[in-house]
Amino acid sequence: MLKRTIPLIIASIVGIVLILAKFSHPIQSWETEVVMWFDILAVFAFVLGAGNLNLNNLKKISERKAGWGYAAITLLAFWITLICGIGKLGVPPNEKYLAYAWSGSYEAEGSAFWWIFNYVYVPLAATMFATLAFYISSAAFRAFRANNVEASLLLLTALLVLVAQTSSGPMLTDQIPEESAWAIFKIDTIRGTLVNLFNTLGTRAIMIGIALGVVSTSLKVLMGVDQSYLGGD
Amino acid sequence: MRISTIMICFVICGSVNAAEPQLPERVKVKDFENDKGEKLRLLWGAAAIEDDEKEAALKSGKSVPKTSGRKPASTIKEPKKDRSHKPDQPYFKYVIERKSILLKPEPDPNRDDFDPEAPLIALREFEVVAEVEGNKQEFVDKELDRKHNYVYRIKLKLPNGTISDPSQTASATPVLQWVDQSKLYFGLFMLVVCGSVVYFIEAAKAGKTLKIRKIAGLEAIEEAVGRATEMGRDCLFIPGIQDINDIQTVAGITVLSRVAELTAEYDAGLDVPTTRSLVMTVARETVDGAYTAAGRPDLYNPDNIYYVTDEQFGFVAAVTGKMVREKPAACFYMGAFYAESLIFAETANTVGAIQIAGTAMPSQLPFFVAACDYVLIGEEFFAASAYLSGEPQQLGSLKGQDVGKFIAGLFLILGAVLMTVSQFVHRGESGEKTGDLQNVISFITESLLGT
Repeated sequence: MLKRTIPLIIASIVGIVLILAKFSHPIQSWETEVVMWFDILAVFAFVLGAGNLNLNNLKKISERKAGWGYAAITLLAFWITLICGIGKLGVPPNEKYLAYAWSGSYEAEGSAFWWIFNYVYVPLAATMFATLAFYISSAAFRAFRANNVEASLLLLTALLVLVAQTSSGPMLTDQIPEESAWAIFKIDTIRGTLVNLFNTLGTRAIMIGIALGVVSTSLKVLMGVDQSYLGGD
Repeated sequence: MRISTIMICFVICGSVNAAEPQLPERVKVKDFENDKGEKLRLLWGAAAIEDDEKEAALKSGKSVPKTSGRKPASTIKEPKKDRSHKPDQPYFKYVIERKSILLKPEPDPNRDDFDPEAPLIALREFEVVAEVEGNKQEFVDKELDRKHNYVYRIKLKLPNGTISDPSQTASATPVLQWVDQSKLYFGLFMLVVCGSVVYFIEAAKAGKTLKIRKIAGLEAIEEAVGRATEMGRDCLFIPGIQDINDIQTVAGITVLSRVAELTAEYDAGLDVPTTRSLVMTVARETVDGAYTAAGRPDLYNPDNIYYVTDEQFGFVAAVTGKMVREKPAACFYMGAFYAESLIFAETANTVGAIQIAGTAMPSQLPFFVAACDYVLIGEEFFAASAYLSGEPQQLGSLKGQDVGKFIAGLFLILGAVLMTVSQFVHRGESGEKTGDLQNVISFITESLLGT
């Protein structure tokens, strides 16, 4: 009852309210309330997450599991950032309340938290993101192997778009006059057709399927037909 | 007096003609349609008279007159300019003034003489709310209060700064619309789709047999778990990087349920890192239920479903590091993914894992297709839960989706035909498409599709 029926009732009521809010103005304020409830729940869950992070990593260290050194670094980074943020280390006081050392924002410029974010987190995140460039190359290398007709067409399409994207690509077909009937074979025209027509057609077809899938999945949750996300009894 | 001054000015300039600026004879204000009582629509001149005619026609049940020979407000051209007018300056403007009247005075604890029964007292002076170009005949006033009645008047403002006397006044109170009628057609479409889903679920419950095509990516789940078992390595399941309020995460969790059942049956390891603690909680409940359903509750280890971080690339670093160190044999990516999709898929590819991905993020699908062994594209991903459960009522929902697809297909064909035909129809003087066909296209795009 507590584990399945009540969560199902809550999910159904909230889901129906959110649907009605799209069609009725007075109910739109209820939608805001519901979203706020979710945020409150998420705050409690954050404490749960932090606890889990600590427990998991402490366990790894104590059991000397593979990569336990990384667990130690994770814990160290977590506590240093937490202490800097909560303790407002190096935070200049708010201009309105200069007498109170803690009156400034925890993320104020010059604070320890600000320094960690800008000089440790941001470069690390940028480094991870930058690896994507290499992965795109390796994935493209495998995907564009002309093993069969379909793969060859994919390779040709990719090459055309790639060449047209370069600064010198359009120069290849510069000799074709704009007003001639052959202008459709200009490389930037082909690129435009591929990207704006064929790509859009495919994307929209997928989007229609996704929209209907979302409707169907939502209905299954609202009606309690699919209860697998609630776990066992 | 001021009007006389303006007239003298025009005579001196020698440019008085039929297009000289005049205060509108008719000023009208009405509630803005389908809003939550925050806007009013102010009309003047030909647009106001036209609106009067439309309302009169609607009341009498006659067909709505087209334009009565006047051009609609949006197409009225700027009047001819006088010779002294510089081309880069607007010819004249309408100055819109407003004052508000509080309908129900609220109690004021600072005033001893407050009388809640007192008549309308909060009368204020007119204040300028906007200046609009002389070729406009409509203004929408926003961020209004339903507790007030608003009175409007219009003045003319010439380029030299001269302002005329005000026009007649018009007033209205914004009204809250309970139902947004502009979305009724969308609501109807939604009802048809939802109704068909419910109908097929009930039909399946009643015993109707439904044929569902095979989905390769879902058939491969068992193969992937079996491979992991044979190799003695773990299965890695990532339910996206969004929170549980994202429907893709919910769909991912339902697939996790099936994967967990299989890992329990095969006695394979299951590793579920999450970016949100709420997802971790839900995933733990789901996996616990799946292990119990498989008859192996003893194998369930909650430590294998853990929270890493909310930060996108922090999560990427942790998970890819784990992939490289522990070399999982099977990787499942089911949920909402962004730039990390290819990093995950390529890293798992380098460690030789079999990979099955499912997402409804169109921009990430090409990356998964390029790097994974099987991909559930869009609707297949949402169909996974029904497909894997094999329950008739869940399979019924897939049939219901087909009705939606059929309707969407009809609209696509209709739209394509209409747009093609509209290329050949008569165009108006200014080149814009006119006629009933264009009205139909506008109706489909604006009312039906709600764009």
